[in-house]
Amino acid sequence: MSVIELKNVTYKYSAGTPFEAVAVNNVSLTVEKGEFCGIIGHTGSGKSTLIQHLNGLVKPTFGEVYIDGENIWSKDVDIREVRFKAGLVFQYSEHQLFEETVYKDISYGPKNMGLSEEEIDTRVRAAAESMGISEELLERSPFDLSGGQKRRVALAGIIAMEPEILILDEPAAGLDPIGRESVLSRISEYHKKYGTTILLVSHSMEDIVRFAEKVLVMNKGEVFCHSPTDEVFARQDEIIKIGLDVPQITRVIMKLRQKGIDLGSDIYTVERAKERILEYMAKGRIC
Amino acid sequence: MLKDITIGQFFPGNSLIHRLDSRFKIIMDIAYVVMLFTASNYLGLIAVGLFMILLYIMSGVGLRLVLKSLRPIMPLIAITCILNLFFIRGSGEPLLNIGGVIMIYPEGITTSIFMAVRIMFLIIGMSLLTYTTSPIELTDAIERLLSPLKKLHFPVHELAMMMTIALRFIPTLIEETDKIMSAQKARGANLDTGGLIKKAKALIPVMIPLFVSAFKRANELALAMECRCYRGGEGRTRMKQLHSGLKDYIALAVMAVFFAELILLNIYIPYLGIPYMVP
Repeated sequence: MSVIELKNVTYKYSAGTPFEAVAVNNVSLTVEKGEFCGIIGHTGSGKSTLIQHLNGLVKPTFGEVYIDGENIWSKDVDIREVRFKAGLVFQYSEHQLFEETVYKDISYGPKNMGLSEEEIDTRVRAAAESMGISEELLERSPFDLSGGQKRRVALAGIIAMEPEILILDEPAAGLDPIGRESVLSRISEYHKKYGTTILLVSHSMEDIVRFAEKVLVMNKGEVFCHSPTDEVFARQDEIIKIGLDVPQITRVIMKLRQKGIDLGSDIYTVERAKERILEYMAKGRIC
Repeated sequence: MLKDITIGQFFPGNSLIHRLDSRFKIIMDIAYVVMLFTASNYLGLIAVGLFMILLYIMSGVGLRLVLKSLRPIMPLIAITCILNLFFIRGSGEPLLNIGGVIMIYPEGITTSIFMAVRIMFLIIGMSLLTYTTSPIELTDAIERLLSPLKKLHFPVHELAMMMTIALRFIPTLIEETDKIMSAQKARGANLDTGGLIKKAKALIPVMIPLFVSAFKRANELALAMECRCYRGGEGRTRMKQLHSGLKDYIALAVMAVFFAELILLNIYIPYLGIPYMVP
């Protein structure tokens, strides 16, 4: 069952002024329930605008957005309900923290949903746990935490709303390697545990190929492709042509192919590369 | 939304108005305001209006922007109109008399129209300065115009620097407010409905992150300035010097002639149906 469906969505910035610009151009796409979809694209390719359509922060200039089969801009839909269903975590989400304690900040979303005290408490603790925020941190001020911790608190703030769809805009941007790893692996664990549909926007191909089952490539406001990871990277030449990067290891394999050593065109993780190289060597073709 | 605010916004261009020396533009802008308030009859007002329209045509700033800049002051205009309409007492019979409390005289109607047009012309005319002059040029000009006050130990340079920084950060902060508002809306914040107190409370999750980041920015900026050895105005040179040329003096002369004409107009056609006014 498709949980997200976009039909011919077009969005124009500052429509009707000299600054008019098309950010999203006639995008149609469906995302299945439980899918972990990576979204990549150049700066200004419209990915951030696209994801803001999914929880109704941005109203499309033309076209329709369906969440759970429901047109979110039809009159009888409360847009806030849509936002609880499709949780959106912005880039540099730690800038949204404002409460005195981490606990209170995480409970802001659930409180807005009008849940009971006990329900809020269980949700806050569960969200904190899945983001690796220890009990003692809950009573600290969010402004005293490290960058990586703040980011995880902000994520927990959305997760505590228990959305059906979790949309993350560059959740690991600007963090050090340890912080990156900790945020990304927790998102992946969360996905495995609860089967939530996840859309992950990232600049880093390495991150996307490690976690995503499907990849959505945006180019100049249009969908370049939306297919399983293997198929996307089989088109690596085209991807490089539209100015995107492929994982480092894919580049190495491409160079090898140019030198006459063909290991296959579906290699984008170091593990698979290792396997193939060993296979190749076992056949004794390297002197 | 917030991005649509046009008052005080600069629209780059290369018209004659854009190229005039910003010091002269400020002086002429002040002269324009004085002129507008000297015009005491409709004829003078129309003359000032035509002058302004001519300047706008020369500058190439679109009509749409002009109308946009008027939107925020509409309530002010409405209040002025209503006050003048009800409180001006004319000499003849009132047009409308409800129990001797609400009385509308023909003079009230003419005055309120006059006032509304004057305020509109004021805003539109003053906007031309900021539409056609970059904030940096503007503060540079203010610094130069105020520089005689340095003799009185008035911190002119510091004031100009503060203005430059404030102007520079307005768009940044607007963008940031937009972002934080979106982020809190994504968490179910309800910023648009409810009473005044509820609305104010709903803004706390927006204001606190905004203040935090504004202080952080200020701190970083101060540090960056210090790293580049900023020491205040003493002995500081500029990358872009202000140059006044023939065109600036001609513009000033045109303005002076027009001003003189307006004063003559006032003397020869005094009070066109306007006995006295509530400014």
